[in-house]
Amino acid sequence: MDAHSYRDLTWLPRCPVDFAAQCRVALACEAEIGSQLRQLAQYALDDNQLIRLSKAMVKARRQGASLAPLKPCRLGVVGNGTLDFIASAIAATALRYGLAVETVTCGYDLAVQETLSADSPLYRDPLDFALIALDWRSLPIRPTPGDSAAAQASVDAALEHIGTICEAIHRHSGAVAIVQNLAAPPESLFGGFDRALEGTLRHVIDAVNARLAIQLRQSVDKLFDVSFLAETVGLANWHCPGQWNLAKLPFDQNFLPLYADNFCRILAAIRGLTRRCLVLDLDNTLWGGVIGDDGLSGILLGQGYATGEAYQSFQRYILSLRDRGVVIAVCSKNEDATARLPFRNHPEMLLKEEHCAVFQANWEDKATNIEAISKTLSLGLESLVFVDDNPFERNLVREKLPQVAVPEMPQDPAGYARTLSAAGYFEAVSFSEEDVKRASFYAGNAQRAIMEQQSGDIGAYLAALEMQITFQPFDEVNRPRISQLINKSNQFNLTTRRYSELDVARMEADPDVFTLQVRLSDKFGDNGMISVVICRYTEPETWDIDTWLMSCRVLGRGVEEAVLQEVLKHAGERGVQKLRGTYIPTERNKLVEQHYPKLGFVAVGRDENGTTVWERNVAAAVLQPPPMAVRSFGFPSLVTEAAQR
Amino acid sequence: MAVSGSGVTPAQCEAVLGNIFREFFDDDQLTLRPEMTASDVDGWDSLAHVRLLVTIERKFHIKLSSSEVGGLKTVGDLVSLVARKTAPPSVS
Repeated sequence: MDAHSYRDLTWLPRCPVDFAAQCRVALACEAEIGSQLRQLAQYALDDNQLIRLSKAMVKARRQGASLAPLKPCRLGVVGNGTLDFIASAIAATALRYGLAVETVTCGYDLAVQETLSADSPLYRDPLDFALIALDWRSLPIRPTPGDSAAAQASVDAALEHIGTICEAIHRHSGAVAIVQNLAAPPESLFGGFDRALEGTLRHVIDAVNARLAIQLRQSVDKLFDVSFLAETVGLANWHCPGQWNLAKLPFDQNFLPLYADNFCRILAAIRGLTRRCLVLDLDNTLWGGVIGDDGLSGILLGQGYATGEAYQSFQRYILSLRDRGVVIAVCSKNEDATARLPFRNHPEMLLKEEHCAVFQANWEDKATNIEAISKTLSLGLESLVFVDDNPFERNLVREKLPQVAVPEMPQDPAGYARTLSAAGYFEAVSFSEEDVKRASFYAGNAQRAIMEQQSGDIGAYLAALEMQITFQPFDEVNRPRISQLINKSNQFNLTTRRYSELDVARMEADPDVFTLQVRLSDKFGDNGMISVVICRYTEPETWDIDTWLMSCRVLGRGVEEAVLQEVLKHAGERGVQKLRGTYIPTERNKLVEQHYPKLGFVAVGRDENGTTVWERNVAAAVLQPPPMAVRSFGFPSLVTEAAQR
Repeated sequence: MAVSGSGVTPAQCEAVLGNIFREFFDDDQLTLRPEMTASDVDGWDSLAHVRLLVTIERKFHIKLSSSEVGGLKTVGDLVSLVARKTAPPSVS
């Protein structure tokens, strides 16, 4: 797996020869254009094909077609050099992630002017994201070899330049800035010494990149690690002086698809669309050979020979993915007992049964098994990645379950880990303790599913779970997880209002907003944060429930009733007489259409879009206590709050 | 469609270039003529030009230098240049 593999996105299925014709067909399909275009983006597309696809999107929009169910968003592209192809490539590639991106690009080399001025075309329509694609040539950096004071000044100036642009974007729009770091050019002054000597371009770029990473980690903005991408394919491949000289292309056009795919992963991660579960075949995927035929002593796995080491390295990589929160599941065509043999008895096996949240080994087809895995974990198919060495199985699953990501794998297992990594299914923009525990949450889910099947009586089952629910207001430490839930909850979401991390930060301190973050744990483990509620004082003595969302993995446990109880308690303490809730229907949230009436709210209105409004008196009948222990803390004192309002 | 970088005849070259042009400019009717220039083809602006050259480099596995590219005036020049770069190695 070398630079060409990255350039050609070899983990994606090959593009059909009639791609151009398929684009035309998609455009003719009025009702389903969004899904058709997404389907076309699943292939590995080169720069020309990406531009063709982006033109098809533009045409579809001009025809007035809706691109639903793709999620719309607006991206500003700010940078130096020629950015046109970057914008088109991103728009087309984003389809792969279910996003319908509209781009607005700043004028040639006008990054500073256009971001700083409030009436620039960048801000004509509300921006969700802004890509800051400045390369080393546009920053106030001068090589000053040996002069450390000047070098430091260069680094400071570069970071200030980037900071000014980000800050202007925040000021004029609510957009999250996604900031590219610097890919160093391979031309050096001395050679190896450039790295060590302050003031060389190499040294300054290293310093800028280091500080940028730290700064972005502490901000709502995100890092786009182009430096790593360029190094992965080779700086000598990434930078193409010919193309810069000819048309100011900031990097080799051939890497446009790779650049766009890596960028779109960040957008997807911010929108909570990152995948979360890795489903693995066994034979010739986790070990060489077929356990049913070759037996424990015949399969290839372990130190001392190349093939064995390759499979073991792949297992090692999978384990480290699990350690950072990716859920692992097994899907194999084998007798169950046979499949478990290596996990239990092979001395070189790194993956153990306890690492796998679900273990499906049987003779059913893999698509059926993967659906069962999805159900058991309460994780949608779009959260799954399926890895199998067998092209037949891969194609089958791709066809039957198009929402599951199925990478093409190389022949050589030595390249498995790298291929899975290159595909970037598990990109993240934040990381918390909760993410680390996620694999266990889902293992816990599988156990709960089994227990539920076994206990006939729901009441007994809930009591036996020994649940504990914890209520707190929004706080800084949990802000990323709160934003994550707000942006990715679709089904159990009453109003589907999306707020950026910046918005959430503002709510923490806003006395006119009542916020709730809810955690649930039980005897099988901690589910982490599973619900978010936002109430606003819109009229005196009335709370409008702006947002009520919940993770679907805790349905049917009485969480909604417990949350209502907590909201009523705080409302009562603050002299609020009435709660008002709204249900805004979407394609995904029919589940909660009756949420408010089930909780004793009374209908007060309905509009022509199907939006319904409900009310409940705070002082009305007492609810049944929920089947769980309740903890509630961190809320500001009523005196302080009243003074602030 | 990728072509091996060695041993391509000028005729093959021209045929492949024709296909590249037709796909690139989305025009099934486009036929290459030696005296054709960028102004004769819809959408062949300077940005398309550089993408076209990168595409040709990729499909033929060749590299075009800045001076070679700078010297191109007509499609005929382009066909000759690509033919030269993909000619079978001469036997001395």
